[in-house]
Amino acid sequence: MLKRFFGGIHPRDGKELAKDKAIEVMPLPQELVVPLSQHIGAPCKPAVKVGELVKKGQLIATSEAFMHADIHAPTSGKVAKIEERPHSGRGMCQAIVIAPDGKDEWADGLPLSRNWEAMSQEEILTAIQQAGIVGMGGATFPAHIKLKPQKPVDVLVINGAECEPYLTADYRLMLEEAHKVITGVQILAKALGTKKNMIGVEDNKPEAVKALDKAAEDTDIEVVSLPTRYPQGAEKMLIYALTGREVPMGGLPMDAGAVVQNVGTAAAIAEAVEQGIPLIERVTTVSGDAVAEPKNLRVRLGTSYKACIAYAGGFKETPDKVLAGGPMMGMAQQSLEVPVMKGSSGILALTRKITEHGPEMNCIRCGKCVKACPMGLVPSMLSILSQRGDYKACRDDYGLMNCVECGCCTYVCPAKRNIVQYIRLAKNEIRAEAAREKAKAEAKKEKEAAK
Amino acid sequence: MSEAEVKTNVAAGQTAKVPAAPPKPAEAKEEVKFTISSSPHIRDGETIPHIMWQVNLALLPAALFAIYWFGFPALINMLVGIIAAVAAEYVWQRAMGQTITAFDGSACITGLLLAMSMSPVLPPYMVAIGSILAIVVAKQSMGGLGFNIFNPAHIGRAALMVSWPVAMTTWTKMQDMSAGAVDAVTSATPLNILKLQGYDALVATFGGQGEMYKSLLLGTRNGSLGETSTILLMLGGAYLIYKGYINWVVPLGMIATVGVLTWLFGPGGFGTGDPLFHVMAGGLMLGAFFMATDMVTIPMTITGQMIFAVGAGALTVLIRLAGGYPEGVCYSLLLMNAVTPLIDRYVKPRIFGAPKGGAN
Repeated sequence: MLKRFFGGIHPRDGKELAKDKAIEVMPLPQELVVPLSQHIGAPCKPAVKVGELVKKGQLIATSEAFMHADIHAPTSGKVAKIEERPHSGRGMCQAIVIAPDGKDEWADGLPLSRNWEAMSQEEILTAIQQAGIVGMGGATFPAHIKLKPQKPVDVLVINGAECEPYLTADYRLMLEEAHKVITGVQILAKALGTKKNMIGVEDNKPEAVKALDKAAEDTDIEVVSLPTRYPQGAEKMLIYALTGREVPMGGLPMDAGAVVQNVGTAAAIAEAVEQGIPLIERVTTVSGDAVAEPKNLRVRLGTSYKACIAYAGGFKETPDKVLAGGPMMGMAQQSLEVPVMKGSSGILALTRKITEHGPEMNCIRCGKCVKACPMGLVPSMLSILSQRGDYKACRDDYGLMNCVECGCCTYVCPAKRNIVQYIRLAKNEIRAEAAREKAKAEAKKEKEAAK
Repeated sequence: MSEAEVKTNVAAGQTAKVPAAPPKPAEAKEEVKFTISSSPHIRDGETIPHIMWQVNLALLPAALFAIYWFGFPALINMLVGIIAAVAAEYVWQRAMGQTITAFDGSACITGLLLAMSMSPVLPPYMVAIGSILAIVVAKQSMGGLGFNIFNPAHIGRAALMVSWPVAMTTWTKMQDMSAGAVDAVTSATPLNILKLQGYDALVATFGGQGEMYKSLLLGTRNGSLGETSTILLMLGGAYLIYKGYINWVVPLGMIATVGVLTWLFGPGGFGTGDPLFHVMAGGLMLGAFFMATDMVTIPMTITGQMIFAVGAGALTVLIRLAGGYPEGVCYSLLLMNAVTPLIDRYVKPRIFGAPKGGAN
């Protein structure tokens, strides 16, 4: 029944560093920096002013745009500043800086006590929207929008694959809070009205499968053990493995009748619906060979990487790279001042020993990238054409826009070519060109209208 | 990542050192700098030199056997081939101001393969000229490793073939070498005998069909320096397949095609050929395991490689049975190298999510 997706790789997983470390609650830091953009879509606008006192769980930023997720105060305290701060995905971003008062007082009425089974679909969706929940695997797509698909959906796929090396936050969550995850999945199933609800977990995490299986005993949720192969947790690969359906080129999971949510998101949704608790903290992995004591931490959003790493014993060796997310798709950071956000699945500090690779050479057409690409592309040609500046050929002849940037091609390349980087360059150039064309067409239209 | 950032990174190579921001005066002393680059941030340990040296290693058993079987001239020719190829690459790269990659093992393969695919009694200076032509004309002037359209060793061999046709087809007299053990074999290769005297004469030279097969399998026959020992070439090929450097469909496809076609179009009519002889004779084993699998000059997809292998096998048979030359491996591979870009253009993997059955 399980389908095997084409390609993929088996990177050294590094999960042994943190997989046996139980989730620890990280103490409140001195300062919380809450960026106004923690989701795909329009950044929020502050709903509080500098100097204002806020309570834990209070709405502090929102937007009128359709595509956004509300942002809440991670603790009680005073709004110290609203200013540009380092951001793990955007370089710099407007952020609300909160000075905690140490009391950690909940906003009025929180936490609630609700029975999700008595709630209607509409009430559940509202609760999720009000809690500002986004996809916590890293994509940060607002959950309430994804849960109102424009096309009929009959399968709910929950992503517990955690195929990125080093990351163990989802694993610990599945192990330690299996019931919360299962409740979240039940709530999601009710919100979507799906009859087929599956959780996919890679088979290098048998304990998590066992824990989920036990918690899901009296439900119709299927816990499926999947072969360990990166990128098993990429949503298209996951849907294919579990259902045999392919998301069509350029399409979304709903085009294959599926909605995908991460296990962390499911747990957050359980809290949001049952207790009305907004998304103000998350579990994240602090690991890597440069970190003294790798840990899985329950962290308030807005806590700096610096504080998290310090809590994990600091650096035992000089790191070459500090990453937001996993080593395959995560982003290299230049500052430790960046805060943990809704999509922060991990903070990794890797030494030169791990990140080092030889100089880039010519493509020798060995075809390893072709065999590794789960999307069925020819990465070597994409990289060569992009290097040549022939971005249109990348798009028209080699399916450029289908690349999911999983990094398999670059991982296996014996010539150490930065294939994903060339592909990103080509994509950016194509998008920029499209934007220029559009602007030109609009200018022309206006000119004609003026006549 | 913004467009500008990506461009800077590409321009500056792969990584850029950026100071930790914002720099605080109090911490100025212990300011940590992190490397910024595009994901992925980890790579596997495979490198081009490692792959190339593994291929050299796989050629070693057959090369050592050649020294045993053909004696000292074989050793000299292989050394000359290798040294000339590596030196030519080194000199070219120095002269052009390029990064020196002459010692990455690929020039070594070219030199070794070239020597192995020619007569052991070819004068060493001709081997050297072949090596230099292979590296300079077929490889470096095309842009170096990865950009050559044709297998350099084959270009070297073809160039020598047209320059010194007599020397290139002069073979050793086996009885001089190993004390009469194979004195039935004349100074021609088995394929020569087949071409000129026919199949019965061929079997007679070996003293029986069983003897002939044994001789072809072990390599105790006349022929090019490194092509004789079927079993040792298969051993090297099996190692490369096991290690994942070559795909089994290529050698199997080419050998099977030659076997089937030579059986079908036998001397006595349809289905009377001797496939076993054709598969083990000439340079097929060397070509199928070590030349048809040269990753630079063959298609990248499995389907493309299958087309390549079958095409090379079919052309080999065409040349052997109907052409003027007794052997066709070298030219068939060169011809298939030429169509490789075309194969790669039309045979692409199916993009995930593309409409089934439709072109993509």
